[in-house]
Amino acid sequence: MAKHNISFKLNGQQVNALVESRELLVHVIREQCGQTGTHIGCETSHCGVCTVDLNGESVKSCTVLAVQADGSEVMTVEGLAQNGVLHAVQEAFMQEHGLQCGFCTPGMLIRAYRFLQENPNPTEEEIRWGLSGNLCRCTGYQNIIKAVKVAAEKMQSV
Amino acid sequence: MIPGKFEYHIPTTVDEVVALLGEYGDEAKILAGGHSLLPMMKLRFAEPAHLIDISRIGEIKGIHEQGGTVRIGAMTTENELIASELLQQKCPLIPAVARLIADPQVRNRGTIGGDIAHGDPGNDHPAAMMALDATFVLRGPNGEREVPANGFFLGTYWTDLQQGEIMTEIRVPPFTSGTGYGFNKLKRKTGDFATAASTVVLKLNGNTCADIRITLTNVGPTAFRADEAENILRGQVISEALIEQAAQQVMAVCEPAKDLRGDEEYKTHMAAEMTRRSIRDALARAKG
Ligand SMILES: Cc1cc2nc3c(=O)[nH]c(=O)nc-3n(C[C@H](O)[C@H](O)[C@H](O)COP(=O)(O)OP(=O)(O)OC[C@H]3O[C@@H](n4cnc5c(N)ncnc54)[C@H](O)[C@@H]3O)c2cc1C
Ligand code: FES
Ligand code: FES
Repeated sequence: MAKHNISFKLNGQQVNALVESRELLVHVIREQCGQTGTHIGCETSHCGVCTVDLNGESVKSCTVLAVQADGSEVMTVEGLAQNGVLHAVQEAFMQEHGLQCGFCTPGMLIRAYRFLQENPNPTEEEIRWGLSGNLCRCTGYQNIIKAVKVAAEKMQSV
Repeated sequence: MIPGKFEYHIPTTVDEVVALLGEYGDEAKILAGGHSLLPMMKLRFAEPAHLIDISRIGEIKGIHEQGGTVRIGAMTTENELIASELLQQKCPLIPAVARLIADPQVRNRGTIGGDIAHGDPGNDHPAAMMALDATFVLRGPNGEREVPANGFFLGTYWTDLQQGEIMTEIRVPPFTSGTGYGFNKLKRKTGDFATAASTVVLKLNGNTCADIRITLTNVGPTAFRADEAENILRGQVISEALIEQAAQQVMAVCEPAKDLRGDEEYKTHMAAEMTRRSIRDALARAKG
């Protein structure tokens, strides 16, 4: 089977990869691009830890083929901090204890980042709705919701 | 988990899709949002040798009104359905259904065409399409045909879509005044398929129910219409007593499969309760 030469922007950097049709985007990001911030959990499109930003939309990268990302712009948790300064979403998760084991956190952060672009001033109900594709087994969600609220405030005040 | 090996094709027109489907026959499958097909391929429930990605075909995306019908491109995503002002005005049932499908990430990828063509009894659009009396536009080697949603769903993963055909468009008659809908879906948690769901579209003439369609999700081998329950209400002034009779009639025709969401008896009772609620909601909305 023919392999495909693909090229896409990952966190602002142009990357090229030679992939099989059946390779999933999450595997190429982790194994070929070496960016292991994006995690793999359920592999069945349920848990959301593999969430990345694809052309400005949150998607589960375990359920997107790498060939489908050809020509696109992808952002992962590694793309949030700029010049060593954490993004407001990351600051807020740290400050509000929005994580315990941290396994779900990369997915939570990159989803929260996109959600706050879609809805910069959300209610608690809207945050729950917006993050409903991301599961956490540790926190009970309370502090995650608080963190997103605080991140929204931080982002509004700059 | 990764899918088995396949050749990937990325056509940009419907004609190219039809040509590819003709060339590869039953070895080929269409890939839309991939949120039913890719999980099945990971589990080897599906092993197509050729995958035809239709995500870059502009002509089958988007929503517009033409010739008195609302036309939805098969490749329109759930989140696009939710955001559509036109649907909100002309056919609010569709965004209401889309809002309860899966989660934000899945709704960015999953399409209305894929949800319908898949033939999964747990999918939510089929029952909505039957309740709306929608029609589907299918394109194949012999040209285009238009088929009604009522009659399209033949069994689990089995529809009237023939080998070599692609669904291009969904056509829906807009609501007229006096029309109301109800959609109630019981699920265990966000992102779960329905334990049971009921969709109702009804039209009032004064206080009389001039027409009604009642459809059920995930309580049979496919989404289905409860004709006998409809007959109890059509032509009547709908009362609580009649709603109860219709709900009992729905219970008589449910054939759910027992699974982690519950046993046959529980699901049957839930289908009846979802129907009671949907009739009441539709009635309230029809009265405005
Ligand atoms: C976690 C999770 C929860 C979900 N919950 C729900 C839910 O509650 N309700 C619900 O309805 N769905 C649910 N889904 C399914 C989801 O909505 C799928 O996206 C949908 O069923 C299939 O649409 P798709 O565009 O992803 O199609 P694909 O997965 O790409 O394709 C599905 C099938 O349809 C065929 N097909 C697709 N498009 C066409 C076309 N235009 N013409 C001909 N054939 C075509 C494909 O060949 C394939 O056989 C859920 C999915 C996940 C992962
Ligand atoms: S690993 Fe992709 S959703 Fe769980
Ligand atoms: S912090 Fe452990 S899974 Fe969320």
